[in-house]
This record gives sequence, structure tokens and C-alpha cells, in this order.
Amino acid sequence: MPTAAEPLLQVRDLRTWFLTDSGPVRAVDGVSFDVHAGETLGVVGESGSGKSVCAKSIMRLLDEPARIVGGSILFKGRDLAHLDDEGIREVRGREIAMVFQDPMTSLNPVLRIARQLIEAMTAHGRFTAAAARSRAIDLLRRMGVASADRTVNSFPHQFSGGMRQRVMLAMGFSNEPSLLIADEPTTALDVTIQAQILDLLRGLNRDLGTAVILISHDLGVIANICSRVLVMYAGEVVEEGAPEELLTDPRHPYTWALLHAAPRIDAQAEDRRLITIEGQPPDPRAWPSGCRFRARCPFAVEKCAEHPELLPVAAGRAARCWVTQEGGSLHTPERARPVVAAPVDATPAAPILEVSGLQKHFPLPKEAFFERQRVLRAVDGVDLQVFAGETVGLVGESGCGKSTLARLVTRLHEPTDGKIVFAGTDITHASLSAIRPLRRRMQMIFQDPYASLNPRMTIGEILAGPLILHGIAGDAAAARTRVAELLDLVGLPGQSVTRYPYEFSGGQRQRISIARALAVGPDFVVADEPISALDVNIQAQIINLMVDLQERLGLTYLFIAHDLAVVRHVCDRIAVLYLGKIMEVGPAASLFARPLHPYTRTLISAAPVPDPRVERTRRHVPMKGEPPSALNPPSGCRFRTRCPIAEERCTREEPPLLEAAPGQRVACHFPGRLT
Amino acid sequence: MIRYVVSRLVVSVAMVLLATLVIFLIANTVPGDPVLTALGDMAASDPAQVAEFRARWGLDLPLWHQYWLFLERLAHGDLGVSISSRRPVLQDIIDYAPATLELATVAFILSVLVGLPLGVLAAVRRDTVIDHVARAVSLIGVSAPTFWLAFIALAVFYGQLNWAPGPGRLDAVSFPPDRITGLLLIDTALQGDWETFHDAAAHLVLPSIVLAAATLGLITRTTRAAMLEALSQDYVRVAKAKGLRGRLIVVGHALPNAMLPVVTLGGLAYANLLAGAVMTETVFSWPGLGRYTFRSAVTVDFPAIMAVTAIVAAIFVLVNFLVDMSYALLDPRVVKK
Repeated sequence: MPTAAEPLLQVRDLRTWFLTDSGPVRAVDGVSFDVHAGETLGVVGESGSGKSVCAKSIMRLLDEPARIVGGSILFKGRDLAHLDDEGIREVRGREIAMVFQDPMTSLNPVLRIARQLIEAMTAHGRFTAAAARSRAIDLLRRMGVASADRTVNSFPHQFSGGMRQRVMLAMGFSNEPSLLIADEPTTALDVTIQAQILDLLRGLNRDLGTAVILISHDLGVIANICSRVLVMYAGEVVEEGAPEELLTDPRHPYTWALLHAAPRIDAQAEDRRLITIEGQPPDPRAWPSGCRFRARCPFAVEKCAEHPELLPVAAGRAARCWVTQEGGSLHTPERARPVVAAPVDATPAAPILEVSGLQKHFPLPKEAFFERQRVLRAVDGVDLQVFAGETVGLVGESGCGKSTLARLVTRLHEPTDGKIVFAGTDITHASLSAIRPLRRRMQMIFQDPYASLNPRMTIGEILAGPLILHGIAGDAAAARTRVAELLDLVGLPGQSVTRYPYEFSGGQRQRISIARALAVGPDFVVADEPISALDVNIQAQIINLMVDLQERLGLTYLFIAHDLAVVRHVCDRIAVLYLGKIMEVGPAASLFARPLHPYTRTLISAAPVPDPRVERTRRHVPMKGEPPSALNPPSGCRFRTRCPIAEERCTREEPPLLEAAPGQRVACHFPGRLT
Repeated sequence: MIRYVVSRLVVSVAMVLLATLVIFLIANTVPGDPVLTALGDMAASDPAQVAEFRARWGLDLPLWHQYWLFLERLAHGDLGVSISSRRPVLQDIIDYAPATLELATVAFILSVLVGLPLGVLAAVRRDTVIDHVARAVSLIGVSAPTFWLAFIALAVFYGQLNWAPGPGRLDAVSFPPDRITGLLLIDTALQGDWETFHDAAAHLVLPSIVLAAATLGLITRTTRAAMLEALSQDYVRVAKAKGLRGRLIVVGHALPNAMLPVVTLGGLAYANLLAGAVMTETVFSWPGLGRYTFRSAVTVDFPAIMAVTAIVAAIFVLVNFLVDMSYALLDPRVVKK
């Protein structure tokens, strides 16, 4: 048995390379760390930093052509890097278990939950099938799955994402492993469900003494659970320490950059621009010889041309940085105060967009011939106004109707009922040709920059398309000039015109999407989760770009996001959606300072803050259960089934959306009661 | 579940009726006159004889009426009388169908027994020798013309090597068994006539391999692709992370997911074998439905054409119905509670 002094897992100089035809991709390149029994270790870093490959190396779950080319992974006296297939099979699931990012694809769709849980236990011969079955039910119950003895016989598709992740956790803990590796276990989940799963994980670690490696890109998640944090960059560990210190006083410029790039839900920033770092991580085929962060580092000195080692910088802390190793500090540089756009003095009389009683019902395809038609009430009576020059945020859990609402106001969908007035014109049922001239004034930016650009068109063609369609550019030369302007506007080099989308990174593609939306000179832009698919530093760059463009071009944004901190940061007003209805709408500042609807309150409470000391002082209001189906919303107040303060009245009477504070309207019988 | 079955059944019956209507219209618009082929040039030049012939076979009625009569008879299980053989079409089909059923079924079993494991192995051992073999087999099977394969097989294994018996279902010296099902293998086995059983089996070897070639190729290729897809899924990685053994991961996790496209293809392939063995049956002098269909088409034998079409349509629809039902068993997401 490992003692307190002897770590459970010792990774030493691990090198995992992808041996591709064009040379080795050094994804993990000399990583060393320990995990002690019962400890919770967080690993953070952006995509491509090597954190997932590192985890897969420990489990030896690498896909071709990845190979462990060097180093050792000592676990209970064995080197996992050199175990034979049968040896590693006995470790997997029994002594080290793993939970993956996407619970929707992690379970086999054609096998019952019971079978998938039982085989995890019987595979190692520790349990008979019958014992495994009753243990599976116990585990599901422990994970908070309701009526586990019945649901254990379900198929995965009958479970929501959150429930499936509970099943994955039950599977992970089924053989009482001494180490659980959780690779972005909550990234695919809504913030309220994320809070539930993290709570569960924390409790399991405490009660069972299982050590946990939690991999995440989200510093808030890490801060919430972990007792020690590793920061990875370019295949190396660049900083290590306790989260209390590492997240408040970072000793590596990359950690510093990560912390500053993400807006925080517990602070109102004065400036909407975030601190970002330039450029992109270096090419893993040819790491630079010196410090790998040097090219992007605002603190770089001459010595950084040499490759630094990971060395102690304080008690219990280590960093791979010449500056902090020599006692230097990473101060926040004074930034030139940007010209803050003068706040709109008086609310303009006429809103640019006015939506009233808006509904969109999707009839579902019938599964059987004689079945009653079922209707999905995606948007079910929404009133919303957007005034010129402001940014209105639309938040809510997945399935609440955010994206449908975005597609309605841009008339990509036709409403079932209600009214949409854009710039004084009723466009509720306007025909395609009637709406076309207005499309010049309203444009959309989509979530996935990989799916929303036609891979067979050059950037020039993509950007010139809308110009020609709307007859904006008179001739080819005019179109070329305008395309060059657009590229410059979003900060892309002029020679991009002849290149194809696959040649660009996610952040650059999102810049192209923005350029395409701006091509026709709109004044109203609907951005549907424009930064959700991006790394935190790129998110910050895109936010900064959008803020800049708003100031320069006087744009009005309808900004849809599930990340409350981002929404708080960029929006003037925020509307909170739940099951197709607005629960609360009001100015961002007052809504976050004093949320009046219990749903807003629980949402804010569920969003983690990347500072353990702040986290400890925050009052958490746990959200019960999962959102009900929009096929069959609850009677009365739709939120009552999950509301901590619901009363009998809420089941009978649907609360109207009424002004409860200046500019702040709430659909609740007891506004402000939940604090 | 019951709703699912009933709604699929209703659709299936509608499909069969639609197919008969389409073929009825096509048969009546193509050039070619049953009068000419049935009566010969001399009689066909005599208007009285022609009129009498047309009246006898109902060819003088309006099209819709002819179709209605066909449906009416169909409802009573009467497929009409063949113009060329002058026997009830049903009797003809009962005579010819078992030979095709036997050949197609043996060919189908062969292609599944070989194609499925070959495809699975090829996916699991991707880019190894077995994978290259599987790809070669499926390429040859799919691309080699059936009639060509049939001639080569007959010429080499019967003509040159004399390893296999010649065309036909039995040697001339064998006594056919008493007819019970019309399937020689089953009838001889039931009667304990093992000598004739062996003869029938030997006669099946070459034509069933030839007939199976294309289907085998398709099944191998589809299984391989579906398995590769399934093996790359997250749940397979999860299964590995659980510490399951390789074989359980392949057979217990990937294969059930890979079965859906294979079953779809297998169903259609079986229906195709039943309906489309014309080439093979011709080369191997196999007295089956394929040859009967061919003859009916040449003689513009309306009742026979309509009957065969209805049967082929029914086979396809039935097989598809069974495929739909098997989806419900294979993939729980198909039938939502």
C-alpha cells in the first residue's frame, strides 16, 4: 500500500508522440507529476496542450498513431507504460477508472444500462453477475438516480446527459478504484447539472477516498474541487500549486493569461475588453528551443531563449518560468483606458426589434400511424425589446429555446404565433422577397465556426457572396475592395482571400463568420453562442473584437450564450429563458447584483468562480433535478418543479412577467424571496 | 410496439398493391401483343379469331376494369391462367418457386456465414493480410458479372476438373423424391433418401457460390465499414477503459451496433437473390422462378407477368417488413415507449 509519503501515481518524463507521416507530433513532451492517495489533482490547459493525451497515456487508451515513446508511469509498483495488454486490462476499470467528456456518446446505445454497469464489475471477476446487479442499483442510487431499481433496465437514450454522466460515474466507482480520471466530465453539461455532478464528485472523493485527476479547461471547475492544480501548455507542465495560490497569484505568464482572459461572474468589469495574449500555441511538430510560451509572453526576457525547467518558486509551488524563478512578479499591466462609449442617455423611443407573444411550436414526426400529434413548444410566448446600440443577452439551459428564438427574430423560422417588428416593419409572416431587403440590416453569427463556413469556398468567395446577393458591390473590383476592408476589420491578413476555411483555426474562422455577417453592413447582429466552441483566450479575443466592432459600427447585438460570466461581461440587458418563456429580464448589473427570480438566482449560484476562497464564501442554491420536457411543460409556473421556494399557488397560477424593480421584469409570484 | 408493427403492416400492403398497379400500367404500355405470340401470324391476321381471343382473356375490357378483375381474383387467391401454358399461374409458380427458394437461401446463408465474420475480422485487424483478403474478395464479388462467373465456374469445375456435377438440380440417373415442400434438400432428408440428398447438395454447390458472390462481397464490405465506424465510437473506448477483454468489446459492444446497416443490406440482398437469379438459373439450367419470369416476359403472358410481379413485390415488402421488425429488436431507439 502506498503510504502518505509514497505517491499513488508517479508520472516521470512522460513523452507521448503521434508518429505521423509528416514527423512526430510531440503532444506530451516530458511531463512529470505525482498523485497521492485520496488527492484531487486538477489539470488545466487549452485544447492541444496535451492534457487529454496525458490521461489516455496513463490508461494506455491511445489511438493510432500515438505512442508512449519515453518516460514511466509508476502505479503501485508497476510501470503502466510498459505493462503488457493483459496487465493493463486488469488495471483499467479496476484500479484506475476513467470518465469521459461526452456522456451522450459514452454509453452503448443498444445495450441496457444494467448490462453496461454489470460487465464493468464482472470483467474483473470481483463480483458475480447477481452481486454486480444489486451493486449497480446501489451505485446508481448513490449517484442520485431516481428509482434506480427500475431505471437500471433502461436504455441510454431514455436518460438525459446529466443522468448519463451519473451512470458513467457509477461505472467509474463500481470497482472501488484507487484513482479516477475525469476528462472534462462536465463540459458537455448545463451549468446547473455541472454543479450537481461536481458536488457528487466531491462527495465521492471525500467518502470513498478515491484519488481524482480532473481535467478541465475551466478554471472555475478546477477551483471548486481540486487540492492541487497542474497547468499544461505545449505538452509540458508549466505551473503547479494549490489552487488558492495558483489562481490568485499565478507564477507562470500562461496561467496569468488564462485567468485574465475569462470574465468572472462575481465581478463587474469596468471595461468590456479582456486581457488577451497574441498568437497561438506553437506547432507540436517543432517546439521552439527556448521557453515555449516566449513568443506570446508579455513578460519575456532575454533568458527565455533558453528552455526553463519546472522549479520551485515558493513553498509547494513550481513554475517553468525564468522570470518568477528569479523572484519576478507578474503584475497586471496598466492598460490605456479605452474610450467607453457614452451610455445611452435616454432609452430611444422605438426599439430596433420588438417581439410580443412570440411562439414557435414544432410538430414532432409521428412514430406510429394512428398516434396523436405531439408538439414541442420551443418558444412559448416571449415578449422582448431590443434597443439600438445595446447588447441584449439571452441565457438559459440547453433546450430552453434560445436558439429557436434567435432563428425566429431573424426569420429563419416562421413563428407559430405572436408578432415580430424589426425597425418598424412587421416581419412576422413576411415573405422571403419582402424580408430580403431587411436581411441587409440583420445578420447572424453561428456557434460552430467549423460547420458554418462552406469548406469548398475560399474566404474571398464566402465574403463576396452576400455582397453580390444584395447587389452591394457593383463589380468585381468593388467586391474585392470591400472584402479586403472586411478582413482588415476582423483582424485577418489580406492574403486570406484565396485560402479555404480548413486552413484557419477555430478563432480565425469565427472572425471570418463575423466578417461575413458584417459584409452587408447590418445594424443588428444575432450571435448564437459565438464563443462556446473556442478556447478561453480565443474567446476573449472574439469578445474584444465584438466589443470593438460595436463601438466602431454602432451595432446592436442579441447575444446568446450559456456562460453567465460572459453574458454578464458583454451585455447591457439580460433575458433569462426557461422552457420557452422569459423568467426574468433586466439590466445586467442589477440582475446579477439582485436576481429576483429563483431560476436566475440558482443559475448564478451554479456558475463556478475560479477562486477557491471566494467559492467558499458564496452561498450555493442547489437546483433540483433536470428541466422538464418542453413537450409537456408543468402547469402554472414552469419552473416550479425545480424551484426551492415553490408553493401551492405556483402549480395553479402562471405568474405574469411584471416589473419588480426599475427596468427589471420578473415572472414569479415571490420575486426576490430567494436570496 | 404493437402500433409500430401495425403501422408497418398497413404500409407494406399498400406497397404491394402499388407495385402491381405500376407493373400493370407498364406491361400495358410496352409494345408487344400477347395475341401475336399466342396465336401466331396466321391466326392473328383473322379479325374474328383475334376478337374471340381478346374476349376470352379479358383483353377487350378497359384497363381499369382489367386491373380491377386482377385485384378481385387476387383477393380470392386466384392469380389467373397463364396464356402460354394454359395452366393456373399459381400452379406454375408452385412448381417453379421451390427451386429458386432453395438456391437463393443456400446462397444467402453462404454469403452471411462467410461475409459477416470476414467483414468483422477485416475491421478488427485493419490493414493486415486478412483485411486485404477481405477487400479483394468483396471487390471481385461485387464487380465480376454473374453470368461470367457462372460460365467460368461451370467450365472449370465441371468441364475441366469434373469436381462438381453439371447443370440441373439432380443427375439424370437420380430419382427425384416425392414432393413435400419442393425443396430437394428437405424432401430427401425427410424421406431419408441420403443418396439423392447428396446429389442435390452437390448440384447446389456451384450455382449457389456463383449466386452468392455479389451478395457476399456486399455483406463483407458493409460489415467492415459498419464495424470500423462502431469501433471508433466513444462507447468502445469506454468499454476498453472498463477493462473488458478485446473479444467482448468486438462481439458485445461494436457488433450489435454494426448490425443495423448489415441487416438492411442483407434483407434487400436476400430479396434480390429470390427475384433476380435469372442469369444463374439460365446457365445452370435451374428450373426456377427466374426462368419462368423470363419466359413470361418473352411471350407477353400478362397473367403470369402480373402474378410474378405481385409475388416479387410481396417478397421485397415482406423482407423489408422483417428488417423493420429486426430494427426494433436491434436498436431500442427505434421504438420509443
